[in-house]
Amino acid sequence: MTDTSLHRSLPNRLDNPFRSAVLSWESLLVLVALGIFILNSFASPYFLNAWSLSDLTFNFTEKALIALAMALLIISGEIDLSVAAIIALASTMMGLALQYGADTPVLVMVGIGVGIACGAFNGFLVTGLKLPSIVVTIGTMSLFRGIAFIVLGDQSFKGYPKSFAWLGQGYVYWVISFELVLFLLCAVIYWVLLHRTNFGRRIFAIGNNDVAARFSGVRVDRIKFILFCLTGLMSGLAAVLLTARLGSTRPSIAEGFELEAITMVVLGGVSILGGAGSILGVVLAAVIVGLVTFGLGLLNVPGIVMTIFTGSLLIVVIALPILFRMWRQRA
Amino acid sequence: MNRLLKHREIFLVLAILLVLVLVTARFPRFAQPGNLLTIFNDTSILMMLALGQMAVILTRSIDLSMASNLALTGMVVAMTNAAFPGVPIPLLMAGCVGVGAALGAFNGVLVWKLNIPPIVVTLGTLTIFRGLVFVISAGAWVNAAQMSPDFIGLQRAAFLGLPLLSWFAIVVAALFWVLMTRTPLGRALYAIGVNPTASVYTGIDVGRTKFYAFVISGAVAGLCGYLWISRYVIASVEVAGGYELTIIAACVIGGVSIAGGIGSVVGVLLGAVFLGVINNALPVINISPFWQMAISGTAILLAVVLNARGERRKGRVILKTAESV
Repeated sequence: MTDTSLHRSLPNRLDNPFRSAVLSWESLLVLVALGIFILNSFASPYFLNAWSLSDLTFNFTEKALIALAMALLIISGEIDLSVAAIIALASTMMGLALQYGADTPVLVMVGIGVGIACGAFNGFLVTGLKLPSIVVTIGTMSLFRGIAFIVLGDQSFKGYPKSFAWLGQGYVYWVISFELVLFLLCAVIYWVLLHRTNFGRRIFAIGNNDVAARFSGVRVDRIKFILFCLTGLMSGLAAVLLTARLGSTRPSIAEGFELEAITMVVLGGVSILGGAGSILGVVLAAVIVGLVTFGLGLLNVPGIVMTIFTGSLLIVVIALPILFRMWRQRA
Repeated sequence: MNRLLKHREIFLVLAILLVLVLVTARFPRFAQPGNLLTIFNDTSILMMLALGQMAVILTRSIDLSMASNLALTGMVVAMTNAAFPGVPIPLLMAGCVGVGAALGAFNGVLVWKLNIPPIVVTLGTLTIFRGLVFVISAGAWVNAAQMSPDFIGLQRAAFLGLPLLSWFAIVVAALFWVLMTRTPLGRALYAIGVNPTASVYTGIDVGRTKFYAFVISGAVAGLCGYLWISRYVIASVEVAGGYELTIIAACVIGGVSIAGGIGSVVGVLLGAVFLGVINNALPVINISPFWQMAISGTAILLAVVLNARGERRKGRVILKTAESV
C-alpha cells in the first residue's frame, strides 16, 4: 500500500532549492505567524507595544525550551510525556533545598540535576529495559508528580531569594528578558546539534530506521539515552525559570505543559512517527502558540477556550497539507 | 514463575488478593462482601472506559480524548436534563452514546481518511472537547439541585442486590467479550495490531476498522459521561480531568500491549479492579491520598516491565542472526 504510493511520489528530479524553500513547512509557519501577528494588532490596541510583546515571550519560552529537546527525542522515534511532572519534581526539590538554606546557584543546580536524573531514569527504562517510551513516561509522569504530591501535599514552598527570582522575571536589556535570551541561545545550540553535527545526523537515521542505523554502526540506545537526559535537562531548566517566575512551588505546577510542548513540536513540522523535522520549525511553532494565546488573552478569552484554538491549530495545520495533497492527486 | 508472568490474568488476581489480604489483616471489615461490591461499583466506570480504550490500543492507536469526551457528553446530558427534566432517562442515555460515538467518529475520520497519527489527533481533540465543555456551559456548573431525581437515581437502583451501575459494567464487559472473541470486527482489531500489512492482504480495511475502534471508544466514553455525572452529581469543566491516563494505566496493568494486538477483556477488567482496590485501600490503611499518584505510577511501570517480558519480540535478536548468516 505505502510502497506503491512512495514509488509514485518519487520525483524524476529534485525541485530547485528556491522552490522547495518557498513551499516548505517553515515558510507556511512564517505566513501563519505573520497572519496571526497582523490579526492581533488589529484586534487589540494594546498588542503593538514593546512591553506587550515582551510579556508575550513569557507565554512560551519555558514550554519552548522543553520543545527543543522534545523535538530531537520525537525525531528519534521516542516521546516523553513526563516533562511537566519532571518540572513539578524539580521545583519541589528546589523548594526542599530552599528550606535547608540553599542559595541561588545551589537551587539552579538542584533543579537541573533533578531534571537530568529524571531524564536518565526514563532513558534507562526505555533503552536499558527495552520498554515503549509512551507507556514508560505515562508511568513516570504519575511517579514524578506523585513524589511532588507526597512531599508537598496541599502545601507550597515560597520565599525564593531575589537573585533567584531574576532568572524568571529579570530583563537582560530593556524589554529583552533573561528567559528569552536563554531560549534563543538554546535554540541556536539545538539547531547546530541537530542540523550541523554527526550526532544530529544519527538522530535522523535512528528515527527513519533504527535497525538500519544499528547496522551502520550508530549506537542507537546510547543516543536515545542521551536524548532522554537532554529532555530531562531542559525540563529541569524550565523548572528553574518557571519556579523563579511564579515565586512558589505547588505540586500541580506546570500541569498540561507536556501536551503544549508536544503540540509545538508537531506543529513545527516534526513527524510524530520520527525521522523528520527541524529546529527552525519548532521555534516558529512556539512563537505561533505564544502569539495565539497572548492575543486571545488580550481579548479576554479565558484560558480554557484558548486550548480549543491550540488544539484546532494542531489538527488543522497537519490536516491541511494532507488534504491539499489529496486534492492535487485527484485533480 | 515465568509462565505465571505470561498469564497476566492469574498474576493480577494474585496481586489483587495480596492487597486484599494485607489490608484485611489490619482491617477485617475491608474484605467483607459488601465492601468488595462497593469497590466493584466504584470501579465500574473505569472498567468500561478501559475496555473502550483497549479496542483502540489493540489497533496500535491511542485515544487520549476519552476523558474529555466523557466531560463533554456529561455536560450535554446534564444541561439537557436541567432544561428538560421530562425527557426519559433511557432516551438521554441513548443520546449520550450517540454524542460520544459522534465525537469518537470525528477522531476516527481524521485517523482513517487523513491518516493523521492517532496520538496527534486525540491530543488535539483532548483539548478541543474540554474547551467545548466550557463554551457550552459558559463555565457554570450543573449541580444536584438542577438534576431530576430519576437522572441521579437510576444508577443507584438495585437489581439482584447490585446497583444498576455495576450491571452496566457487567453488560458492557459481556458485550466486549463477545465483540473481541466472537465477531469478525474483534478479530480484525487484533489482526491490525499484530500485523497491519498482513491484515490488508487478508482483506481487512485497516482504516475503517480503526475508525470503528474510535467510534466504540467514543460511545463508551459517552455512556460513561452520563454515569459519571449522575454518580458524582456535578457537571463542570474539570470533570475527569487527567483521567485519560488512568484509563490507559488500567489497560497497561491489564496486560494490553501499547504496540497493539495483545490484550484481553478479562485482563483489562482486572487491571481496572487492581487500581480500584488500591485506591480504596489507601484511605483505609491511613495512607494519605497524596500517595495515590506515585503508587499508580509505580504500578504502571511494573506492569510495563512485566508486559515486556511476555511480548519480547523475536526482532530483538536480528543482529545475531545477521552475524551468523
